[in-house]
Amino acid sequence: MTIPLQHALYLSALLFCIGVVGVFLRRNVITVFMCIELMLNAVNLAFVAFSRALGSLDGQVLVFFVMTVAAAEAAVGLAIVIALHRHKDSLDLDAFNIMKW
Amino acid sequence: MAGLERLLQFVVSEVFLFYVFSLVAVASALGVVLQRNPIRSAFSLIVTLCSLSAIYGLLGSPFIAALQVIVYAGAIMVLFLFVLMLLNVRREEPSGGRATRSAAILLALVLAGQLGVALTGAGVTPAAGFDASTASFARVLFGVRFLYVFEATSILIVAALVGAVLVAKKEL
Repeated sequence: MTIPLQHALYLSALLFCIGVVGVFLRRNVITVFMCIELMLNAVNLAFVAFSRALGSLDGQVLVFFVMTVAAAEAAVGLAIVIALHRHKDSLDLDAFNIMKW
Repeated sequence: MAGLERLLQFVVSEVFLFYVFSLVAVASALGVVLQRNPIRSAFSLIVTLCSLSAIYGLLGSPFIAALQVIVYAGAIMVLFLFVLMLLNVRREEPSGGRATRSAAILLALVLAGQLGVALTGAGVTPAAGFDASTASFARVLFGVRFLYVFEATSILIVAALVGAVLVAKKEL
């Protein structure tokens, strides 16, 4: 008996939605960033599940690239967070509204 | 006796372990969102990432499972914790009004419903043989189709490194 594809996809969707709620609800920049990482991981899970169901390794190669991009994104994003913190002395998203109209 | 044996067999079966790790992943993902203290959120996220790694292993992708622990739980989360401790983050105040919060949850529920409906139709006939060993993974990754993409990611990482130093440095 193997793991049903459907259930892996439901888990992926659930994790993605939890990440979306986090992005909407949290006000701390770093927590929002972590929720985005959670959403990336949910997508990775869908890739791995489909890769297994279709018997093709392409999905796993895509997961590899998503991880690479996530690492680059985390490095640049956290650098931006440090710069913002130095500028405004706050990590609250409501403090960063200079580009809002 | 036969019933007990079957129960034991079920407990160590990959399906059962999949549900256990799914439960852990969802619970700790909720922890990420509901914790007020960002450091606790980060630790919750580490638990989510590790249980996802176990799920990758159960889905027959040992290489991705190892990468998940090394890159995500190891490198990226250490970076997050490092920045959190560097900036000495306080507990955040509860966000927005009640209206904002309920609107966010409503939107997420709508999204969950849509995804659920969309995924119910997603039927794939399972492939028979599946070899996801590291060797065959490497053969695909370094094959004709992905070799240039792989090399391009190295440029991306160098650009990200330079960019991170440039943005975070006080003065050049």
